[in-house]
Amino acid sequence: MNGSPDSAELEALRLSLEVAVRSVGFSLPLAVLAAWVLTRARFPGRLLLDAFVHLPLVLPPVAVGYVLLLLFGARAPLGAWLRTQFGIQLAFTTAGAALATAVMTFPLMVRAIRLSLENVDRGLEDAARTLGAAPLDRFVSITLPLMLPGILAGAVTAFAAGLGEFGAVITFASNVPGVTRTLPLALYTAMQSPGGDALALRLAILSFALGLLGLLAAEFLVRRVRRYLGG
Amino acid sequence: MLEVSVLKQLGEFRLDATFTAPTPGVIALFGRSGSGKSTLTNAIAGLVAPDSGAITLDGEPLTDVGRSLFVPADLRRIGYVFQDARLFPHLTVLGNVRYGERRRRNAPPLIGFDEVVALLGLARLLPQRPWQLSGGERQRVSLARALLSRPRLLLLDEPLASLDVARREEVLPYLVALRDRLSVPMVYVSHQFDEVLRLATHLVLLEGGRVLAEGAVEEMSLYPELQSIIGPDLVGAVIEGVVTRVSPDTGSAELAVGTGTLHVSLHGAQPGARVRLQLLARDVILATQPVQGLSVRNALASTVIAISDDDYGAALVRVDVGGAIVLARITQDARRALKLRPGDAVWTLVKAVSTRGHTFTLAAGS
Repeated sequence: MNGSPDSAELEALRLSLEVAVRSVGFSLPLAVLAAWVLTRARFPGRLLLDAFVHLPLVLPPVAVGYVLLLLFGARAPLGAWLRTQFGIQLAFTTAGAALATAVMTFPLMVRAIRLSLENVDRGLEDAARTLGAAPLDRFVSITLPLMLPGILAGAVTAFAAGLGEFGAVITFASNVPGVTRTLPLALYTAMQSPGGDALALRLAILSFALGLLGLLAAEFLVRRVRRYLGG
Repeated sequence: MLEVSVLKQLGEFRLDATFTAPTPGVIALFGRSGSGKSTLTNAIAGLVAPDSGAITLDGEPLTDVGRSLFVPADLRRIGYVFQDARLFPHLTVLGNVRYGERRRRNAPPLIGFDEVVALLGLARLLPQRPWQLSGGERQRVSLARALLSRPRLLLLDEPLASLDVARREEVLPYLVALRDRLSVPMVYVSHQFDEVLRLATHLVLLEGGRVLAEGAVEEMSLYPELQSIIGPDLVGAVIEGVVTRVSPDTGSAELAVGTGTLHVSLHGAQPGARVRLQLLARDVILATQPVQGLSVRNALASTVIAISDDDYGAALVRVDVGGAIVLARITQDARRALKLRPGDAVWTLVKAVSTRGHTFTLAAGS
């Protein structure tokens, strides 16, 4: 072991949390929008969009990371534009790890939100219409609060899953200590290092505990909100 | 005036309804389930866009397919009380009741918040959440919510249908009180004739997506096709009268009906009150000669106007009792035995107690 036995775990934990939080913050509004479009809008190509949103579930994560590199890499068109216009670099950064995580967990989030949107009674929206609520007002004052259980469940599940995203992160953001070396990457690195067994075990236990905590928190939150809504 | 002419194809079902009803007043849309009442109501509310037709309220067009005019539901100011209340589960009763009020600040108020709360007995319920309420309470909250949204027309889609008899009796008086207190026109959707009797001034009869007939409730109660919808036992002329004398100790009263006087069982009425009652045709007895020694309190000189066969093997006799029209349902045997013909003078016998439960106080001016 090295001089500060805790630092590697703590750093990985901190990074994992940061990446997961940023990925959820980034993808949540988009997931609500995607869920709404896929549930309520009727347009040609809806099925295609549906499949596209779910693609990360079935693709090898490495392939997702590779596509992100092709799009947002330093010399890729979008990546170059982002850097010259906004000074944003994604590849090999913590932000990039968050983006890769967001893409991977997006389907999970959309599914949960969509399920709750499908359960929203359209009759309540009609009632709001007759009471003078315009479309956006209706969405904010009726639909969104009623979707809250799904939004929470989606966010927490995506957060918990995001803590452990490996393939897309390591491909797109690489494995930079302190920048993109999140828990699973640190675990992988420790397993590859001679004498890293103890660290690997500690990281594995930490991942396990975090995941369990995340899922329990999701269930707890959803129950609280459901009770609040009287469902 | 509410002018409605709507054509809407929904799968196999075709709604093709046209009617014109006076406002203010309570317009009953009456018919069996599946007759198109709800679709018609949704078209008036702006929740359903008709394939063709027009809807005009007090001269203002709300829908006119020919001119591509469709005022969105949120801008119509038409209050809607749904059969299932549709309270917002994430808001308290207070939040629900205030929902429409907050969004119509610029419209003239119909009734104040405090008055609605008092009138509908909601004070205790305000902090509660919808799932804590009984069915009757939910409907009262839904009613308050619609009233406070400052509507110029109120739609009530079978607001009592999901309630048991006791709960219905709990909510009905509130509806009557509202009708008497407010000048807002109402459209009351129902398939219960007693609700129509207690509330409505104008009746639109719907069957299979079409308007069978429409008119004042008294006039429509004589309409022959009504019996196929409400059944033979509920057929009976609806008549209006003014209370001339009450005997509180016996619970009876005298009513001036047409040129005659009718003795009825009536509790809590004051002399001078206008009363509407239904004389069930099956309870009305006809005699060709004066009768004596009977317990029947009313024996009224009258004239047979018309006789028709009803749908159930009996005969429906229409008689003129001093200017009021009354229906009597008699067997074909009785009709032959009495040799009844139009123009015959008869005595119409009505038991005072058989009018009981069908007395309805009408609002002044409605």
